[in-house]
Amino acid sequence: MRYAYYPGCSLEKTQRGYDESVREVFKALGQELIDIEDWNCCGATMYMSVRETVSLAVSARNLALAEGMGLDILAPCSSCFTILSKTNRFLNEMPEVQRDVNEALSNGGLSYRGTARVRHPVDILMNDIGLDTLKGKMRRSLNGLKIAPYYGCQIVRPDKTFDDRENPILLDKMFGAFGAEMVYYPMKVRCCGGMLMTTFEETALKLNKELLQCAVDNGAEIIVTTCPLCHFNLEGYQDRINAVYGTTFNVPIMYFTQLLGIVLGLTPKSLGLDSLFIPLGEKIKSLAEVPYV
Amino acid sequence: MTRTESELRSIFLDQVKDIPAGERINRCIQCGTCTGSCPVSYAMDIPPRQLIALFRAGELETVMKSRSIWICASCYACTTRCPSGIKITDIIYALKRTVMEKNYHSKAHQVQILANLFIQNLMSYGRLHEGTLIRKYYMKTDFKRLFRLVPLARKMFKTKRLALFPKRIKAHHSLSRIIKKAHEIEMRHIPEKLDYAPEFVGYRGIGDLTLEPRKGGNA
Repeated sequence: MRYAYYPGCSLEKTQRGYDESVREVFKALGQELIDIEDWNCCGATMYMSVRETVSLAVSARNLALAEGMGLDILAPCSSCFTILSKTNRFLNEMPEVQRDVNEALSNGGLSYRGTARVRHPVDILMNDIGLDTLKGKMRRSLNGLKIAPYYGCQIVRPDKTFDDRENPILLDKMFGAFGAEMVYYPMKVRCCGGMLMTTFEETALKLNKELLQCAVDNGAEIIVTTCPLCHFNLEGYQDRINAVYGTTFNVPIMYFTQLLGIVLGLTPKSLGLDSLFIPLGEKIKSLAEVPYV
Repeated sequence: MTRTESELRSIFLDQVKDIPAGERINRCIQCGTCTGSCPVSYAMDIPPRQLIALFRAGELETVMKSRSIWICASCYACTTRCPSGIKITDIIYALKRTVMEKNYHSKAHQVQILANLFIQNLMSYGRLHEGTLIRKYYMKTDFKRLFRLVPLARKMFKTKRLALFPKRIKAHHSLSRIIKKAHEIEMRHIPEKLDYAPEFVGYRGIGDLTLEPRKGGNA
């Protein structure tokens, strides 16, 4: 299959590990990602919450470009995924909004009929490619590695997407099948605070502390993430959380595609593991570094 | 009701109208599932359930002054669980837009500052350059926090995750034209006169709902 790839702003540099691992994993599975040429920022939650028509038009420009390619959009960033999906739904459910947005788009020589589909890599990997195929390509076992799967909010909400909104299980199934031990993680869809880390730091630190605490208490050795913002909050602010709360967290945070890449036998370098702030524990390091036979 | 309350209602209801199924705000049963589900309601001065109650009571002005609407992190837990199907997150967005539309506060809230800088950033480059956004935001709000970010920035630099300079997309002019037009269209929608009967508080303000007088005495 071919997909119109929409990396989103944070995957360009700040979260290059996600971008690199998504590209590598999809390549290894024989899928072709074609970058949407000259895509723009989806507007994120920030924009959506302050200017309606403008935010829809900004986001719809990307939908229009992908529609022109005739391919489904692959959007790994949870925020992009939600914003693009939501824009798509608004435009499809409200013809007058679609008319307005098209009027704006026509000023840039574009139009959107409403046919693009926005997909998340978890969905494509588990529902299109399927666990059997993934297992067939498995080169390394995760060998009892204890994982807390953190889905975050925006890939499962607000709309019913590809997994349960309260208790999604696709990541549990995926890594469980590769020999990992998925720990009990009741906070799997609780919010990390997102941009609150910038605007209400104290509140966001508390949320992230609780997420880390819950993972550690349940024995997790690593947390896997699906969202750049969750990832950054949990990883980049772990020091700060330790300083504020007197904790000693040292939990590696990994994108699920990075871990999947290891299972598929890809090299640590190609998966951007060198971009992680918190060193992986010996167990997983040995997994990643030992060449498979 | 004060003039301000009417104006606020009018703008707010106009915003709500643009949300698919936005009119469901009139179905609130005040069960509090939203507040119970919200991970940040503990830090709110007016939790989500009360926001709706105040709107119904004709107290939008109080709502406008709350910090709650800014602290919502858009996790949609309330929206997902609301038994009446109310799009609470979107309603909170509508409240934010109402405040911004009216320039209600003389001093912009920090979330508003961040949102405006975000928009500027997007207008200038077409993509978000996180470094510029964060630097400008802290310069405006609390420049001391910039120093605290130095260790983080150093880590990012070492792991090749720091984009030093913003990149501009090629179709930047075309995007600006789209944004400009969308802005014009948005302005067109702001009602010149108040046609939502905003003097009616609560459900009646929404327009398509007629309230039957209660039968069977005054109970």
